[in-house]
Amino acid sequence: MSSGRNGFGPDTARMGYLDLMREIEDFYYREADLLDERDYDPWLELFAEDIVYWMPMRLNVPWEDRARDTTTEEDTAWIHDDLATLRKRVRQIQTGIHWAEEPLSRVSHLVTNIRLPAPVSTLPEGASVAVKSRFFVYRNRLETETDVLVGRREDLLRRIGNQLRIARRKIVIDQSVLMAKNLTVFL
Amino acid sequence: MKSLGGSAHALVDTQLGEISRELFVNQDLYREEQERVFARAWLYVGHESQVKAPGDFFTSKMGEESVILTRDRSGKLHVFLNTCRHRGMKVCRYDQGNTKNFICPYHGWSFATDGKLVGVNDYQAAYQPPFDRDQWSLVEVAQMKVFRGTVWATWDPQAPAFEDYMGDAMFALDKGFAPWDGGDGETELLGVPQKWIIPSNWKFVAENFSCDVLHTVSHRSVDMVGIGPSAGEGRRDPIGRQLVTTYPGGHGCLYGIWPTDEPRHDYAGSAETAAYFQDCWRRRIKRMGTSAGTIPVVGTLFPNMSFHAQQPRTILVAHPRGPLETELWRVYFVDKEAPEAVKHYLRSYYLRYSGPAGMTEQDDMENWNYASAASLGTVARRYPYHYKAGLGAGGASADVPGRVTEHPVTTEQNPRGLYKRWADYMDAPDWAALRASPEQS
Repeated sequence: MSSGRNGFGPDTARMGYLDLMREIEDFYYREADLLDERDYDPWLELFAEDIVYWMPMRLNVPWEDRARDTTTEEDTAWIHDDLATLRKRVRQIQTGIHWAEEPLSRVSHLVTNIRLPAPVSTLPEGASVAVKSRFFVYRNRLETETDVLVGRREDLLRRIGNQLRIARRKIVIDQSVLMAKNLTVFL
Repeated sequence: MKSLGGSAHALVDTQLGEISRELFVNQDLYREEQERVFARAWLYVGHESQVKAPGDFFTSKMGEESVILTRDRSGKLHVFLNTCRHRGMKVCRYDQGNTKNFICPYHGWSFATDGKLVGVNDYQAAYQPPFDRDQWSLVEVAQMKVFRGTVWATWDPQAPAFEDYMGDAMFALDKGFAPWDGGDGETELLGVPQKWIIPSNWKFVAENFSCDVLHTVSHRSVDMVGIGPSAGEGRRDPIGRQLVTTYPGGHGCLYGIWPTDEPRHDYAGSAETAAYFQDCWRRRIKRMGTSAGTIPVVGTLFPNMSFHAQQPRTILVAHPRGPLETELWRVYFVDKEAPEAVKHYLRSYYLRYSGPAGMTEQDDMENWNYASAASLGTVARRYPYHYKAGLGAGGASADVPGRVTEHPVTTEQNPRGLYKRWADYMDAPDWAALRASPEQS
């Protein structure tokens, strides 16, 4: 019996953690591919019915208030969607006359720094795990219009029908004045 | 200020309905309008609910420049230019908060919330008398006005009083920023502003919200998908008769008029919101009679304060940053007395409608972006834009003040009025000449 790493004792628990991490990484890389390949309908399937898809805003605050540099859920936000609204966003693109994404932007999602703030070794049916990650999203549209959106995601992934589903997503971007003219790219 | 000799009016032909593309792309005109429009007009600065307590401040903008809206220790509101009188550093780089003093991080001059210079580093060692600190207060606006919670200011001491500046558009401001029941209750902001930068001239934003009734194709995709507050149909509830209204001050507004003897079914997607709306609507009719149904929908108050007053309820300020760049600041507001569940429902509706992620506004910004880009060329600039819809239509109305054209006649009279007034500002040497400018024809 080894002392283990990542806070795990027995090897079986540590193997469970590694297995779950691989599953989570695969989940995010598949999500990135679905988005960047404009495969939006299967992307919508990645969400739980009660998803809260929330992108708060950032504030310039004094050092002593640094914990409050992100707007709360009772404040305004860039995006604060439920599943019905996410579906509408996809359907709007699919009309072919959503001018902000017609023609479509070229997008690459890089997802990295994937970490479980509280490591777990098993995720049984119905259980959830908090996952932190970073994103670097490059968007180029028409000729030279280019945006780079960088920030953190704090997700809650839930196992439903033996699949991972996003039950909650918080997207924290590193800009207070948004330097992109719009947010038509899913993060 | 020297006169441009009528050269701005040569770019704006409201008789013919043709307006030069130079207004949207020309660097020299842009520099001139900072002085002639933004340093003279009344500008929206913020909302009273952002600075409730003594010491509260909110960092805002007037035109290109950073300003601080603050409530001093005695409770009085001020608007200051956000720059130290010593070497120009911003004395406040926080978005909002509460403070005793604004302390400059460069050499340490500190200013009280009434603008007075109260601290100078090395005062004894560095300066010989006389150093009259009172001469070196923060630069304060010439005039300020609070109306229905909205805070306005102008740098020009010659500018007319706020009510005269707005003229009959006071009617729109009064009706648009009242609570739903039409009484004297307060409204409050749902939170901090959304701020984002778009590659477009500020005038595209101002004219669009002044009432561009023709841009339905812009928003056809969101109308097909449906994001409205009643089971998601369309993007808003019906507004009744539609009256496009122009005011001589360059202001423009679209009113909806709902007959008070007809039932309303607004906000059917939320039982709490629908119930609160019905309660307000009953009280509104009791208070105002048949005029209760006359409510602004959308408008622009010259030069760059735009609003939606029904669905959503929001203020959008288009701060200029260059001929081809604008910083948009958008806030959302609700009745202060509305139940939390109502505020929650409205927040989610407003956010899916407006802002950079708003399913309606996204498409506007694409259009303003590439309309600007495609107007920049030497050849493109030779061809004026077409503003001829409803030329000659419109007149007085029994329902609302101003020059009114009622749907189904469509009109671009509001952009025409905005640009006529813009040309007045650009050509008039001072407010005496601006006051004398003939009204919109």
